[in-house]
Amino acid sequence: MIFMEEKISFIKDGLRLDGRRAEELRPIKIEVGVLARADGSCYVEMGKNRVIAAVYGPREVHPRHLQEVTRAIVRYRYNMASFSVEERRRPGPDRRSHELSKVGREALEPVILTSYFPRSVIDVFVEILQADAGTRTAGINAASVALADAGIPMRSLISSCAAGKVGGEIVLDPMKEEDNFGDADMPIAMTPAGEITLLQMDGGLTIDEFHEALELARSGCRQIYEVQRRVLIEKYGQLEGERGERTEVATCD
Amino acid sequence: MDRIDRTIVVPGDILSEDEKRSGEGTYVKDGRVHSLLYGFANYRDNRINVIPLAGKYVPASGDHIIGIVKDITFSNWIVDISSPYDGLLHISEFPKRIDSEEMSLHLRIGSSLMARVKEVDCTMKVELTVNDRRLGPIKNGRLMEISHTRVPRLIGKGGSMIGMLKKELNCNIFVGQNGRIWVSGNEDDMDLAIKTILLIEKEAHTNGLTDRIVEFLRVEKGSRS
Repeated sequence: MIFMEEKISFIKDGLRLDGRRAEELRPIKIEVGVLARADGSCYVEMGKNRVIAAVYGPREVHPRHLQEVTRAIVRYRYNMASFSVEERRRPGPDRRSHELSKVGREALEPVILTSYFPRSVIDVFVEILQADAGTRTAGINAASVALADAGIPMRSLISSCAAGKVGGEIVLDPMKEEDNFGDADMPIAMTPAGEITLLQMDGGLTIDEFHEALELARSGCRQIYEVQRRVLIEKYGQLEGERGERTEVATCD
Repeated sequence: MDRIDRTIVVPGDILSEDEKRSGEGTYVKDGRVHSLLYGFANYRDNRINVIPLAGKYVPASGDHIIGIVKDITFSNWIVDISSPYDGLLHISEFPKRIDSEEMSLHLRIGSSLMARVKEVDCTMKVELTVNDRRLGPIKNGRLMEISHTRVPRLIGKGGSMIGMLKKELNCNIFVGQNGRIWVSGNEDDMDLAIKTILLIEKEAHTNGLTDRIVEFLRVEKGSRS
């Protein structure tokens, strides 16, 4: 891209470059159980992001010295495919993917009941097939559904979404152009009850803008949670026949 | 079988406002019962249990399982029990006295055996025993494996499903809690048994399964004779 930072107008008549409103998410698609060999798996599309997550375990820990006597350890690997971005990315781990692996693990670990499986490991692999800003959030969303699919006991699912500041306005779920030329980007992850397990920010926001962005990102997470939950239920729901009439199960808000 | 009280839930769903109803696969937070698992919520009696749709087998003492020997040490057989944890079978748990050097004559690497979980400690050291007439090395028949989460369905309420299968198929069937199943009978009967068990695994979450399996067996047997 050529330098055109100040000239480009990100919002025209209340609509963004791709026609979304400021508080609108990109279209989401989630599929569960896409891999036969993994214990749990999930494929997520958020706009032009395409992410696949696989969960293995609980299983024996290798190498042995990582093992914990009283609980399971969680390993989370975030990896971008070399073809996931416009310019070929050098394969292999780098500073950025190390960081995203760490924050991804820390976003999910608080809800996993690791004490149920001492001396074992739960492996989570997140592969970014196509990137368009917001891959860490898409990866966490996919990993959370894949963990549920693997039958791992969790306090709740985790949903993740970013908010940013573009052209002076707070917007939900920035896409690549907005992320590259915007003023701030703030990804969060949270439980449906609203407990935050990931909060990062780069760029600059005033305190008021921060609170506005946080509230917007939370509303995005709640929308994503509804999709995650629906997809899991529909995997078995369609086979049941008279589903959907029961109201005894309420989602926790 | 009454299956109306079943709903699919995901982790975190609120199942009840009454914390006393918390059963297996649930947890209590702020006086409310939440689901821990992705599975079926079962509203039975005064308890709510969540039955998982997937997951690994975690051994519990008293479980009957089928294991495969993966290593032999000085006094133990190390047994794969399709779980994150290995089982240990000590020679003293073998019905007759044997010497350390003769261990591989009775159970070699790769041999399968029926065993009972004797004890599981908090570090997940799993001790097995074969000191029972029904247990011990497997010498004939066939072995198959399904997800351990489908085992309760294969056994049925009070053993109704497995009892029916044994009678209808004219086979001896041993279902391990870890999802491994031993079938023994004549070749044609075993073929049908394996086909039927795989069908049960695939349709474990549907209603009125026992009746449909009875019908399935009637059709299959009809086409054979």
